[in-house]
Amino acid sequence: MGDAIVITSGKGGVGKTTTTANIGTALALSGKKVCLVDTDIGLRNLDVVMGLENRIIYDLVDVVEGRCRLNQALIKDKRFECLFLLPAAQTKDKSAVQPDQMKKIITELKQDYDYVLIDCPAGIEQGFKNAVAGADKSIVVTTPETSSVRDADRIIGLLEQEESIESPKLIVNRIRNHMVQNGEMLDVDEIVSILAIDLLGIVGDDDNVIRASNKGEPIALDPSTKSSIAYRNIARRILGESVPLLSLQEDRGVFSKVKKFFGIRS
Amino acid sequence: MAMAQKQHYVVIKGTKEGLNLVLDDTCSFQDLLGEIKEKLSTQHVKNTDGQSITVHLKIGNRYLTESQEKQIRSLIQNNKSLAVETIESNVITKKQADEERKNTQIVSVSKIIRSGQVLEIQGDLLLVGDVNPGGTVKATGNIFIMGSLKGIAHAGANGNRDAVVSASVMEPSQLRIADLVRRAPDQQVSHKEETECAFIGENQEEIVVDRVQVLTKIRPNLTRL
Repeated sequence: MGDAIVITSGKGGVGKTTTTANIGTALALSGKKVCLVDTDIGLRNLDVVMGLENRIIYDLVDVVEGRCRLNQALIKDKRFECLFLLPAAQTKDKSAVQPDQMKKIITELKQDYDYVLIDCPAGIEQGFKNAVAGADKSIVVTTPETSSVRDADRIIGLLEQEESIESPKLIVNRIRNHMVQNGEMLDVDEIVSILAIDLLGIVGDDDNVIRASNKGEPIALDPSTKSSIAYRNIARRILGESVPLLSLQEDRGVFSKVKKFFGIRS
Repeated sequence: MAMAQKQHYVVIKGTKEGLNLVLDDTCSFQDLLGEIKEKLSTQHVKNTDGQSITVHLKIGNRYLTESQEKQIRSLIQNNKSLAVETIESNVITKKQADEERKNTQIVSVSKIIRSGQVLEIQGDLLLVGDVNPGGTVKATGNIFIMGSLKGIAHAGANGNRDAVVSASVMEPSQLRIADLVRRAPDQQVSHKEETECAFIGENQEEIVVDRVQVLTKIRPNLTRL
């Protein structure tokens, strides 16, 4: 029996879907059987980010309304045998599904998969309630912006009220190192001190992520980028390994490394 | 001579503050009313020139219901130019006692009050944790926060202007005490790294923030030893 993890943020556009796609991909890379569930009915994106849009035949609402079996709606990933996607419907809205129906589907998926990752829509309404219904664990994604942290705080409060969900874990996404250094952006320590939950990982702001998403190839597949390593590290932490946080410092050439080695401050 | 044998249910004493009426608490209420009426109509109380005399009732272990209290008040006030100021009883109902206990108790809560959450307490609040931006704590009494206050705190929510708010890190978005409000300045200011407190200043017009040590002087009632 696997784990169902909901990935949520409250605020829109902070990278829930990208995070879901990449953690899913990274877990699949480690050989785990993973199912991604898009609960953003009416505004689905996960299929696009995964590059599986044109393979959709049935969706979540079809399963709920009994037009197909759960297995018929699952789409196998192009790259991995062990990665599947349950897409959301694009033509309906959030009220097409009720929390208990969602819970039933997630429970069924947990039987067959090691990890069920649930991509939650923005907001705290019906869509959120559906997404958290079947989850045992949760990941809150935030960016280093005050508004995003405020919404994350609200979401954590709501998640803490759900008795069946473990204490949420935090991912800080899109950190811009130069802005943090200039003191123009909240730093990770500040965010963690406000939200007071465990940090699961940090991901830097990276153009490659957008490029990869547009191509339908999650960045986690390309180990040459820092973001990819960051997502893989997050996956390893989910698997229970202890991996130190990645430094976001730009490498400033060999010379600065040598200076650092001798303890000279540049 | 029948009068002389009758027990005195009502004893009237004149003091500087006015009249003290000590009422017997073992007789029936009707007997008591009867005697009050009788005593006040006789020579015991002389009519003053339009000036009303304040009356303090001491009713011992008797409990007056609302309607009984009304009856006694109107009886006394109708008769003469008397005004009932206080009614002192040794007993209160369970409900009143419970209410009073709730208003003076300290409720300790270990929690982070997050954005959108509201914690309402009757009595004093001792919060072991933070109030995050967008979160609200509200108490009829004082609020003590062992953590950082970044949201809204409302002390003395029922109108108690003596209530105080104290926090290890005082960076509230808004402070409210009774009916007064103080909000954070628009520019970010560097905060002090010490426990601070907020209270209504001597002028009764605004909320003042100061180091917590000043409370010893200005709110001695906080000590309940």
